[in-house]
Amino acid sequence: MLKRHGEQTVIFSKPVGIVAASSVVGPKEGEGPLGGRFDLVENGLMFETRSWEAAESKFAKTAVNLCSCKAEIPVGDFEYIIAGDLLNQSTGSIFGLRDTNRPYLGIFGACSAMGEGLSIGGMLIDGGFAQKVMIVASSHFCSAEKQFRFPLEFGSQRPPTSSWTVTGAAAAALTAGGKGPALMGCTTGKIVDMGVKDAHNMGAAMAGAAADTIAAHFRDLGRNPSYYDAIITGDLGHVGQELLLQMLSREGFEIASRHRDCGIEIFDKDTQGTLNGGSGCACSGVVFAAYFYEEMKRGKYNKILFVPTGALMSPTSVQQGESIPGIAHAVIIENWS
Amino acid sequence: MQFFWAFIIGGAICAIGQILIDKTKLTSARILVLFVVVGVILGGAGIYPRLVEFAGAGASVPLPGFGNLLAKGVKQEIDAQGAIGILTGGLKAAAAGLMAAVSLSFLAALIFEPKAK
Amino acid sequence: MKTNRQHYDQMVKKASPNSKLGLNCFKAFIVGGLICVLGQFLYGLFESWGATNDQAATYVAITLIFSAVLLTGIGKFDDLVNFAGAGAAVPITGFANAMASPAIEFKKEGYIFGVGAKMFLIAGPVIVYGTLASMLVGIVYFFIQR
Repeated sequence: MLKRHGEQTVIFSKPVGIVAASSVVGPKEGEGPLGGRFDLVENGLMFETRSWEAAESKFAKTAVNLCSCKAEIPVGDFEYIIAGDLLNQSTGSIFGLRDTNRPYLGIFGACSAMGEGLSIGGMLIDGGFAQKVMIVASSHFCSAEKQFRFPLEFGSQRPPTSSWTVTGAAAAALTAGGKGPALMGCTTGKIVDMGVKDAHNMGAAMAGAAADTIAAHFRDLGRNPSYYDAIITGDLGHVGQELLLQMLSREGFEIASRHRDCGIEIFDKDTQGTLNGGSGCACSGVVFAAYFYEEMKRGKYNKILFVPTGALMSPTSVQQGESIPGIAHAVIIENWS
Repeated sequence: MQFFWAFIIGGAICAIGQILIDKTKLTSARILVLFVVVGVILGGAGIYPRLVEFAGAGASVPLPGFGNLLAKGVKQEIDAQGAIGILTGGLKAAAAGLMAAVSLSFLAALIFEPKAK
Repeated sequence: MKTNRQHYDQMVKKASPNSKLGLNCFKAFIVGGLICVLGQFLYGLFESWGATNDQAATYVAITLIFSAVLLTGIGKFDDLVNFAGAGAAVPITGFANAMASPAIEFKKEGYIFGVGAKMFLIAGPVIVYGTLASMLVGIVYFFIQR
């Protein structure tokens, strides 16, 4: 059976079960609209460690352990752990997973890590290279500020287009077979650069990539938006959402009625001062794990297209005047029995 | 009256900074550099000292005032020491403020931890 | 895709909310003005204690730097800037915050490469270009004097 469809899409020969998904977040996320749904809300941003970076690692580690418990699969049984975060040289993932003693694949797709991880994990399992794979994505407001912006105590105003990095981590356990939400395939995104240079407008930098991937997905499979109950982007926020809907409309795809964005869902922008919305690797991860995954199990959604988005920039590239390319990886998740 | 003009001029300089931040997307770090350099140039041209005379702390407390201080120091040192003042004047004038900031920041690093946001 | 970069640029401008310039300027004006009034008050105080003009100005700067570093340490200065923007960042208090905040943040990387090196992360350029400009002024002044 042919697994490749069109230019960018693969459909797995058998659904790959997502048997569990876990979410651990910081206090601000806990106060948000989804606060009651996360597996664990940790009130100390330092998470009883000595640095923001170590705290991020601990979030990742905690998500792994929780996911392993929820899946009832010991961490030691996973054949691969795939993890991604925002810090230089994947500091968050590496130090969070160094004690797992499992084969590790580190990925960088900025905030699209969850989508990239699920795609690779699904292919590993469908290819017969593994039976059990765990995907982890983490980010931390303070470590991201320190690396990408200014020291925390430095005074500077955030423009209304800037987003708020989500503190937390999410993990998902994939197995061959299984019931409930399952990966059916994925559309791997291209690096799309719309020429946005404003590091405080990530939604605009990523919206082009999201539109490109979603349009490619529909073209590759000959599907319409109505195939899905929800099309969920990672962290475009309010600005990115508006741009995405406009661009897809020009391509002939109307998704407004079924589009959701994790960055918009996670915070209440009126009371939490989060401006454009949440962002970071954890943003799409924890919203998927705590909300969409659970709602699929309850049957509210049966078919979703989950499209985590990432802004592929570094402090160096921004300082050197490069524009900010975006990326978006789409995964098809359907209820399977 | 001194207080009134300090308020008006000081406030106005800050408002100009705010316009630059909001309109030009310059980060506040760049604004700091710009304001100090502008202060040095206006100080060197003899314009800023007149503003200080007029508005007191309203002109000396904002960062262009720090730039003005550097320019003033250079001129005084050149008058007193000749050409070597070109090198020594600026830092000499800024020394008190600079050392206060260095020593207090170091002390702060010893005492405080960054606070969670 | 049917959207090209040029057109996208216009779409982004339209979709992105602007800062509330009027309100921000008003807040910067009031807070910046008040900090300067405080400076003026301190100036009078130090003069009344017998300081010369130049000394009083220096003491004012040191007092404001101390206040800003303290507020930075207890985690309140960034809240002040969040509210007042340039009103708190443009006075000498902003310079002090620019030195104290990285010193505190990068303590985790040690006292040499953390505190010592990163203290000048934001303030360094201010000192470099401030002093370079003063040299330039000095050179011009020196030759005009001749």
